[in-house]
Amino acid sequence: MSATTTIAPANLEEVQTAICAHERLVVRGGGTKPALSTTDDGATVLATHRLTGIVEYTPGEFVFTARAGTPLQEIAATLAEHGQYLPFDPPLVAAGATLGGTIAAGLSGSGRQRYGGVRDFLIGVRFVDGQGRLVRGGGKVVKNAAGFDLPRLFVGSIGRLGVVVEASFKVFPQPSQYATVRAPQLTLDDALATIARLNRSTFDLEAVDLLIEDGAPVLYIRQGGLATTLAARQQSLLTWLGGGAPLADEAAFWADANAFAWVPADCTLVKTPLTLHTIPVLEQVLHAHGAQRRYFGGGAAVWIAWTGELDTLDAFLTTLQLSGLILRGAAPWPFIGARPGATLAARVKRVLDPTNRFPTL
Amino acid sequence: MQLGNLLHDLEQSIPAERLLRRPAQMTPYESDALTAFRARPAAVVLAETQDEVIQTVRLCHQYDVPFVARGSGTSLSGGSLPVEDGVVIALNRLNRILRLDPTQRIAVVEPGVINLDVSRAAAPHGLYYAPDPSSQLICTIGGNVAFNSGGAHCLKYGMTANHVLGIKAVLPDGEIVQLGGASLEVVGPDLTGFFVGSEGLFGVALEITLRLLPKPELYRTVLAAYDSLEAAGEAVARVVASGLLPGAMEIMDALAIEAAEAAVHAGYPRDAAALLIVELEGERIQVEAEFAHLLQVIEASGPKTVTVAKDDADRARIWKGRKSAFSAVGRLSPDYLVQDGVVPRSRLGEALATIERLSRAHQLRVANVFHAGDGNLHPLILFNGRVPGELERAEALAGEIIRMCIDLGGSITGEHGVGMEKRQHMPAMFTETDLAVMAELRRALDPGEIANRGKMFPSGEAPTLRSHGPHPLERQGLISRE
Repeated sequence: MSATTTIAPANLEEVQTAICAHERLVVRGGGTKPALSTTDDGATVLATHRLTGIVEYTPGEFVFTARAGTPLQEIAATLAEHGQYLPFDPPLVAAGATLGGTIAAGLSGSGRQRYGGVRDFLIGVRFVDGQGRLVRGGGKVVKNAAGFDLPRLFVGSIGRLGVVVEASFKVFPQPSQYATVRAPQLTLDDALATIARLNRSTFDLEAVDLLIEDGAPVLYIRQGGLATTLAARQQSLLTWLGGGAPLADEAAFWADANAFAWVPADCTLVKTPLTLHTIPVLEQVLHAHGAQRRYFGGGAAVWIAWTGELDTLDAFLTTLQLSGLILRGAAPWPFIGARPGATLAARVKRVLDPTNRFPTL
Repeated sequence: MQLGNLLHDLEQSIPAERLLRRPAQMTPYESDALTAFRARPAAVVLAETQDEVIQTVRLCHQYDVPFVARGSGTSLSGGSLPVEDGVVIALNRLNRILRLDPTQRIAVVEPGVINLDVSRAAAPHGLYYAPDPSSQLICTIGGNVAFNSGGAHCLKYGMTANHVLGIKAVLPDGEIVQLGGASLEVVGPDLTGFFVGSEGLFGVALEITLRLLPKPELYRTVLAAYDSLEAAGEAVARVVASGLLPGAMEIMDALAIEAAEAAVHAGYPRDAAALLIVELEGERIQVEAEFAHLLQVIEASGPKTVTVAKDDADRARIWKGRKSAFSAVGRLSPDYLVQDGVVPRSRLGEALATIERLSRAHQLRVANVFHAGDGNLHPLILFNGRVPGELERAEALAGEIIRMCIDLGGSITGEHGVGMEKRQHMPAMFTETDLAVMAELRRALDPGEIANRGKMFPSGEAPTLRSHGPHPLERQGLISRE
């Protein structure tokens, strides 16, 4: 592979100029999900690290607007000063993930359990499309039904419809305290039945993750809220579960989850959306191939650390009608498995990026 | 456009009793809840199967005839207004709940399923469908999807788009697409979210996968009365800033209180200038603790009186007054216009003061009943269409309120959609490029612009205002404009 050129525009006019001046571009934020910005020969990297800063934030409004290259860490710290947070729990905060990269990757973390994912909190976006046009969709208020929902279109578009330069999010007050229960399960079926019961229960849960520890399923269930009631709520959960125990140093546990600390260095990291019903079959495949994995969002998705041939996983996912997004590891194209809506995505791409300046979506 | 050929082909595939052609049969389809507009279609197809919808769309595409998909016709923005000499595809009979999976917490429904019927079907499993537009007794999921409908409980759990996981749709050129699926998560662009709120311009949703939520363990509701609308607006800002996250926060003004009391005797304090309803929901222990905090915040906001709902019956009474307020106010006047603008929540007091001032300046009464928690105003402009000049004054006042919302950094619509009604305001909110890109996206799916033509995008042709007064369903108390 020949050396790639990197350009780093400092404002949106420079983004427009850069896009018009380069026939083939790959957008890169913090580079924490490198498989999403893999360049083939000849493409120029458009880095967003100079497009930073919170543009607007009125804490009482619970809405902020920031430039795309702003590190999540900076945003989280600013929000935390006012007792607020990003409820969709974007991954890789400490590693340097950016706001734009999170939108483009469409990633939410374990904390999505409580209120939803990144698609549920993005309310406005400004982007430059493949023709160099600056376009705005959505707005800066929490409720808005005017025009097509371009913000949602850009969630998960991995920089292949245009370059997000600025985004507005709604945020929520952060629970003042957290507590986590660790609940080992006898079998996978038991674990899935417990998750199903939890999902239908009246417990307000911040996270429900399923791990496989030494071959056995273990649930990690996080609660959050007022410090004065949390102990009683956790006790009530433990009674309801009929097992499990409070987890010491739970903050570190979830920080490790956010950082993918469990993922071995040399494997391919894949996100796969799921339903509870599909887990047993997938679990057989992952177990047989010795892949480490972590289910999150009450069984809504799994992170897979794959060490075998990517084609093998691709074939399995396709058979199961599941999709995969490769975040780390060598891959010519970040999508594997089924691709519902691919023809519609292609039509949208022809409007926003008719000359294929950005890679195939 | 080859209308004759289209009608000929439709006759081959749709039974005569479900292919309406006579004016008398089609009258109910000429308008929706925005009664100011009326248009006569060439035909109405009462579709009973997905295949009939697909076939009709494909024929419309083949013969270049515009079509409008329609649910119960409760759109307040003229979203389901027919195109003159086009086809209406009525979806009410496509009303099966195809699958309800309590383990996965999803329901897969056809577009004609009524909003409240989803919650009814889910109730035995302890689940419900969260979006609650006030027409939920009659409005359909297909219409909710097209207009990204809201309701009183959007604050915590969002609008329709937040609750739609997957859509099978027929695009305007007849292609069938499956977007999203049964999972809460997705990879690739969020095409489901992109489709929701496209106001029927992207085609017709045939199967919709909805997310269901567990019913909260406890609700706690408080009613606070204030000396001014502005004070109630400031109280909302205080609650939002307090770190509490209520499920609903609603405001009514004096005119609305008076009308609601007359209509349903909700027990509201009658001498108040404004009422604020705040509701918390969730786990019992947590809600009880938060409610104590909420009451402190409310007390500190200078209310005249504070009433706490003692039990479910009390809570139901408070909400009954709120939910009937709109239609009750409507009965005070021969005609009214309702607006749906949004302002940043911290500017609510200011926005309400401006509306009061505009009301006096235009010498028209304005009632306010709205979703305060998310800054979604619903000023109701009362006028008499038979008095020369009053309609024009009402429209001028509505226009000034919309401009105020944009100037304050808000939106022209929170939940009713742009439709026919607010399309001329789109250029005030979006640049020429923004609108051009949206129009290109639309044409990429619909080169002939046959799907719901005339909605959302500003257009040179001025639609004629033909009638005023309440919608027939409104008179029956089945729908209300909020």
